[in-house]
Amino acid sequence: MAQNQAQTKEHAAILSVSNLNLHYGEAHALKGINLDMARHQVTAFIGPSGCGKSTLLRCFNRMNDLVESAWIDGSIRFNGAEVNEPATDVISLRRSIGMVFQQSNPFPKSIYENIVYGLRIAGVNDKATLDEAVERSLKSAAIWKEVKDRLHESALGLSGGQAQRICIARAIAVNPEIILMDEPCSALDPISTLKIEELIEELKSKYTIVIVTHNMQQAARVSDVTAFFYLGELIEAGGTRKIFTNPEKKQTEDYITGRFG
Amino acid sequence: MKPFWKTGEPYVLATGAALAIILVMSLALVGVVMSNGLGYFWPQELVRFELKDGSFALGQVTQQEKNPINGARRFQLKVGNRDILGQDFRWIDDKDIAKRTQPADAVLLERREHGDFFGFLKGGAAEGLVLTPAPPYETLQQALQLVSGKLDDTGKIKRQMSNLNNSAERLRLKLLKLEYAGKEKNAAEIVELTATREKILAEFTRLNEQATATLADIGRIRARFSDAAGTDKEIALVDIVALQRPNSMSLFAKCGAYLERVRELLLDDPRESNTEGGLFPAIFGTVMMVLLMSVFSLPFGVIAAIYLREYARDGLMTRMVRIAVNNLAGVPSIVYGVFGLGFFVYGIGGSIDSLFFPERLPTPTFGTGGILWSSLTLALLTVPVVIVATEESLASIPKGIREGSLALGATKFQTLTRILLPMATPGIMTGLILSMARAAGEVAPLMIVGVVKLAPTLPFDTNFPFFHMDRKFMHLGFHIYDVGFQSPNVEAAKPMVYVTTMLLLAIVIIASSTAIYLRNRMRGKYTTSTF
Repeated sequence: MAQNQAQTKEHAAILSVSNLNLHYGEAHALKGINLDMARHQVTAFIGPSGCGKSTLLRCFNRMNDLVESAWIDGSIRFNGAEVNEPATDVISLRRSIGMVFQQSNPFPKSIYENIVYGLRIAGVNDKATLDEAVERSLKSAAIWKEVKDRLHESALGLSGGQAQRICIARAIAVNPEIILMDEPCSALDPISTLKIEELIEELKSKYTIVIVTHNMQQAARVSDVTAFFYLGELIEAGGTRKIFTNPEKKQTEDYITGRFG
Repeated sequence: MKPFWKTGEPYVLATGAALAIILVMSLALVGVVMSNGLGYFWPQELVRFELKDGSFALGQVTQQEKNPINGARRFQLKVGNRDILGQDFRWIDDKDIAKRTQPADAVLLERREHGDFFGFLKGGAAEGLVLTPAPPYETLQQALQLVSGKLDDTGKIKRQMSNLNNSAERLRLKLLKLEYAGKEKNAAEIVELTATREKILAEFTRLNEQATATLADIGRIRARFSDAAGTDKEIALVDIVALQRPNSMSLFAKCGAYLERVRELLLDDPRESNTEGGLFPAIFGTVMMVLLMSVFSLPFGVIAAIYLREYARDGLMTRMVRIAVNNLAGVPSIVYGVFGLGFFVYGIGGSIDSLFFPERLPTPTFGTGGILWSSLTLALLTVPVVIVATEESLASIPKGIREGSLALGATKFQTLTRILLPMATPGIMTGLILSMARAAGEVAPLMIVGVVKLAPTLPFDTNFPFFHMDRKFMHLGFHIYDVGFQSPNVEAAKPMVYVTTMLLLAIVIIASSTAIYLRNRMRGKYTTSTF
């Protein structure tokens, strides 16, 4: 625990959740969550299905606004500014906090247009800027070599792993500070998964990453900090090594050792 | 072995059979229309029957059957010569026929009035014309060409007259307006315009006299014919539209004549209370009405569907709107006609008249049926189809695509215009195709809001403002009804009914195929790897 605290101090918290409750109509989906996420670190959310980890992730860029029955209280601070305020500019918030989904969702446009979509909607139409952004983000997403000759072909013709990396590149193109990943590898084969995991490792130096995963080995491999959720509650959070080798709570240990979940 | 009906095979066969029946029915529909319609223009042989009582009959055999009274075979003969015989068709019993021949010199005249004439050429047709000497038939052909050249000249004069008439009419309406605004105030202008109008009318009268004189002149050129019974008949050359000797025509010549008739059908005006001649005004009216209808129904339908699917909260109100929209699609079309008459024609049209054209009242301008109101009425009828199709295609776009766009900082509207609408376009096109097909075939509501048997002018011409939305128009569907059931000579009009039906079908099929082609191209754009 001492080591973990030292780590948190070293990196100022970029996202800080305090006392967050979320209801879907009658259902209490998140119960009193308190959690800080440090800059330039990978935080993994683990837990059984329906434990609220994806819901929490979607609170960070206010994707839960799309769910009519959801209502939230408590506070999420992004760089010190409150996310849940009605006055918050959701558009610029989502530009600073990118998201990658479980199912890769390339738009039915060319690869090029997919990558520059975020810039175009922000009003950037300068060809040089767009070209530069495409090359930079495709390189960052480690897919430049595979697609550089077919930038103007439809992104729908890519394999699942490539499409997912295109989605990551698309998120990177708008220069976010945080990238949220909602089970980004659950629909991919092991080789594509490996590529994405290597990518996460590289992206860490520039971006803060929060990843939801069902795969505990993945969490152990890629994350610096792991948070375990169960039935809407945050059971335990801490340095990944500590959580996986010496968890404080019985429930965490049971889950990690595969006794339930 | 399991019994056959337990293997599941019978159900597969049953579904296949159902599909086969539908296919056969569609093909039969097209087949019946085509087999009845396509043969109409073929120059059929003229048969001369010598009957046992010593009389003669000349005509085209249209059908044969067993006489229901005595069981003997009998022929239905199209004898033409309506002005002499009083009827176009007669039945001849097989047992009454003494001799049957196909005289090579029998001529078929397609006339401007009284239908076809079947008979033999006697001579004439040279009066006042410079012709090279030739056998009578060739002489007549030469003369016909000269006469049609002269007719074209009068046609030019008639177009001039029509333009003058148009200017005079505009001046008359202007004068009416000025007088309505105040006779004393605009006195000077009224006098001036009246003078101009007088001048135009004088010119019109002069041209009219010229045209009448020319027509009377060429009207005097006549040819002598005799009918089957040997009675002489003089026919003015201006009354002859086409001249044929079907019994001595080669296959090639027959094809030429056939194509000429098809050209006439597609490009000419109707004659003989619509049972002869072309269908151009009806084709034009149908196409223009359908296009106008699309212009109204597509944007409204798409926008309504966008609101319903993307913006409206899913509550009682939305559900009720959706139910109402679906029910609108099922309302009998005549109801729309009545609504169109009450709301568009009398309501909106009447208000437009009293606001903008009060000087013309009580003659209505927009307060009567017209192509605008017809298109709007049909747009109302077909808008539910567009709404439903658009909603369905918007709903079928995966949630992930929307979230992906929103998560990149796009607004809902940007997501809609840049991602969702392009993806929904194929579905929207499907709706448009269905609505166009429905609109092209509707007749009942149109009869109340603007279709007429014979429109003197097209709703589009070269006179300002080019699109005359207040004009009445002709429509193929109504034409079928009119020719088939309202014409004085139903038996003679029957082939025209099938030809018109064929054209209507062709228009629907062409419009749908074009739209389907466009849709498939778009669909390709959003589903395959090539851009």
